[in-house]
Amino acid sequence: MEAVISFLHAAIVAGTPLLFATLGEIITERSGNLNLGVEGMMLMGAVIGFMVGLNTESTTLALLAAMIAGAGGALIFAFLTITLRANQVVSGLTLTIFGTGFADFVGQDLIGQIAPESLRLFFRPYTIPLLGDIPFIGPVLFRQDAFVYLGYAASILLGLYLYKTSTGMNLRAVGENPGAADAAGINVTLYKYLHTLLGGALCGLGGAYLSLVYVPALQEGVTAGRGWIAVALVIFAAWNPYKALFGAYLFGGLDIIGFRIQNLGIDVSQYFIDMLPYMVTITVLVVVSMRKSREKAGPKACGIPYFREER
Amino acid sequence: MENNYISMKNINKSFGKVVANRNINLAVRRGEIHALLGENGSGKSTLMNMLSGVYTPDSGSIFIKGKEVQFAAPKDAIEAGIGMIYQHFKLIDVMTAKENIILGRKNSFLMNEKTLSDKIRDMSARFGLDIDPDKKVYNMSVGEKQTLEILKVLYRGAEILILDEPTAVLTPQETEKLFKIMRKMKEEGCAVIFITHKLNEVMEVADRITVLRKGETVMTVDKADTNPKHLTELMMGCPADLSIKRIETEKNNVAMEVRNLSAVNSEGIKVLKGMSFDIYSSEILGVAGIAGSGQKELCEAIAGLHPVKQGEIVFNGENLVGKSPAEIITKGVSLSFIPEDRLGMGLVASMDIVNNVVLKLYQKQKGIFIDRKPAEQKSVEIIERLSIQTPGIKHPVRMLSGGNIQKVLLGRELDSRPQVLITAYPVRGLDVNSCYTIYDLLNEEKRKGVAILYIGEDLDVLLELCDRIMVICAGEITGIVDARYTTKEQIGLMMTGTVNLMKEGEKSEHDNANNYTSH
Repeated sequence: MEAVISFLHAAIVAGTPLLFATLGEIITERSGNLNLGVEGMMLMGAVIGFMVGLNTESTTLALLAAMIAGAGGALIFAFLTITLRANQVVSGLTLTIFGTGFADFVGQDLIGQIAPESLRLFFRPYTIPLLGDIPFIGPVLFRQDAFVYLGYAASILLGLYLYKTSTGMNLRAVGENPGAADAAGINVTLYKYLHTLLGGALCGLGGAYLSLVYVPALQEGVTAGRGWIAVALVIFAAWNPYKALFGAYLFGGLDIIGFRIQNLGIDVSQYFIDMLPYMVTITVLVVVSMRKSREKAGPKACGIPYFREER
Repeated sequence: MENNYISMKNINKSFGKVVANRNINLAVRRGEIHALLGENGSGKSTLMNMLSGVYTPDSGSIFIKGKEVQFAAPKDAIEAGIGMIYQHFKLIDVMTAKENIILGRKNSFLMNEKTLSDKIRDMSARFGLDIDPDKKVYNMSVGEKQTLEILKVLYRGAEILILDEPTAVLTPQETEKLFKIMRKMKEEGCAVIFITHKLNEVMEVADRITVLRKGETVMTVDKADTNPKHLTELMMGCPADLSIKRIETEKNNVAMEVRNLSAVNSEGIKVLKGMSFDIYSSEILGVAGIAGSGQKELCEAIAGLHPVKQGEIVFNGENLVGKSPAEIITKGVSLSFIPEDRLGMGLVASMDIVNNVVLKLYQKQKGIFIDRKPAEQKSVEIIERLSIQTPGIKHPVRMLSGGNIQKVLLGRELDSRPQVLITAYPVRGLDVNSCYTIYDLLNEEKRKGVAILYIGEDLDVLLELCDRIMVICAGEITGIVDARYTTKEQIGLMMTGTVNLMKEGEKSEHDNANNYTSH
């Protein structure tokens, strides 16, 4: 029992960076923008968040900086694809390459440094009164660090935003059929910009979790492909923030399962275990592509630049 | 401005080098139905898109209630009381009617579902619009979608209603219902602008008519002072004979037999439900039905492009089901399908005519390299035969006008000398003259003994051109009737499945067929 609780607890921790990146990409794709630069934006957030944290020892400023860095990356993408109507796939891939280079360049003197004491203290596990005492669920869900709680809140808030508010509904309309949204009086360009930037900010937070809490130190390529898994998770979660919660933690579990198996004394090749999340990603994509429900299909206009006067 | 509600003055708009509107003037009064009449490409939709804020005019001014306005976005037009019902509905498929209605409105941040539903029910009752607020758009029929569009516009408090070719997709009964709603709007003091190229509809509902030709205003007339013939002349710029000839031919042998054909789409939904019919050589069999009733799937199933679940297609004593599209073409069955965007299927837009011809011919050639000589010859033949307007055979197809593109497609299909020709929407989006060229071509093939399956949209054309009309509704045949002895209303009832001749016993269909062959 102890082992199961400890495994699930760790799965949630490992899934948190995935969760932020997935939520960010969901909100971006809901506005009709397929931003494949998640990995790049995460790295930018990881480095800038770490740098500001190290220099100011302020949690708030570190997180804010990470969000601004992610949003900054998204702004490049938004300007290219929304204003200049450049190809979204190419722009996104470019952003990933740019973000990786940016992180290496800015972080070259910080590699190997450990996150400052004050931040590590701030993000130590905190037991929520009452909820934390529920057997099994308590230790798994409610004895986590503040960042994990922020993840719960972000999913729920985004879910409410998408499905219960009129702005959220307008956003869904923009992603489905920007022409119809435009004719209904929605400012399509503004919606696309705002949500692409918000998505970038969330990806930046996901990166910051890795460098400030999870590791907690700055490593080269600290995201290790998590940005790509997040892109697949968006499809797995059917563009739904609530489902993203489960998807992210499931993949978080896959991420750490290797160590646990090895701890049990079972001999499995490390290389095989490293493959696991990606193999499951491929399987998931196959299964999802057989899904026939219209509601679970992605935003219809995702990936297509919008131009009002196009004939 | 006197009592003019809307007035548009000296409007100009170009797209690149193409001038869509040149010095157009339009004045619409309160409480009138104003028809905007013109052929395809005469600039009607462009003009209205400027009134609804989708396009910005290059020059010219728009006045609403005597005040000059400038629309930067559709939002501004909505605020000025303009509501446009677009030809291609602007609805979000995965949302409910209610959600579509309140989309983009400034209501409270958190939505109160129940009061909204009630408000919408009230409104639909007041205007006699029948709609279920909680139904998803993808479950709606075309008629329902249009009703929703109208309700959406009214909800926004529109006083100027623009309808862009609203009847193109409706059954005659639905059209009647729409006209009733339009008259009601007029009584309530709205200005209704009705875009169309159907003269009988203009004569039925319009009060005044403005005719456009090639992007310019020809004139505005009162309905009382005009007649269909006069309007045609204004539209085309020359006197014209607008009757389609149905040539009488000897028809005796069955060219193709379709038995119990069933198919499902990628979502697992049945799209063809046990269709059985014959096509005779030297006949044009028309197919009528509401858009999306299985027309596309039927064409594709015969051409071997859509998997068949059950049933057979017998051609020259051989079952075509399971054969590859290439084999079916070689046997003499040809498909020319004009999708809504015209270029989606059949032609490669950025290639020239020669290469598009090669695409269909090269399969038979030997060797690694393509020999373009025969294709070049064919292209010249096709251009001459169908009088296609093009700078040359090496000109990209995309750069041609819609009518010429369609002629290229049809010409290439005819070139393979098919015994059965399936043609879907061959006149879609064509100007009147080009339409007649296409009808003549089809009649010529018919005379040669080709069996033609003609899938059409305009019931008037189907009635005049075809020998028999097969009506389909939701993937099912609801009747096969002789075009000479049937009316639009009857077909309309079959299109919605209200009347189903096939269910009233196999006998009647058989009788029809027998009657038919004995003629």
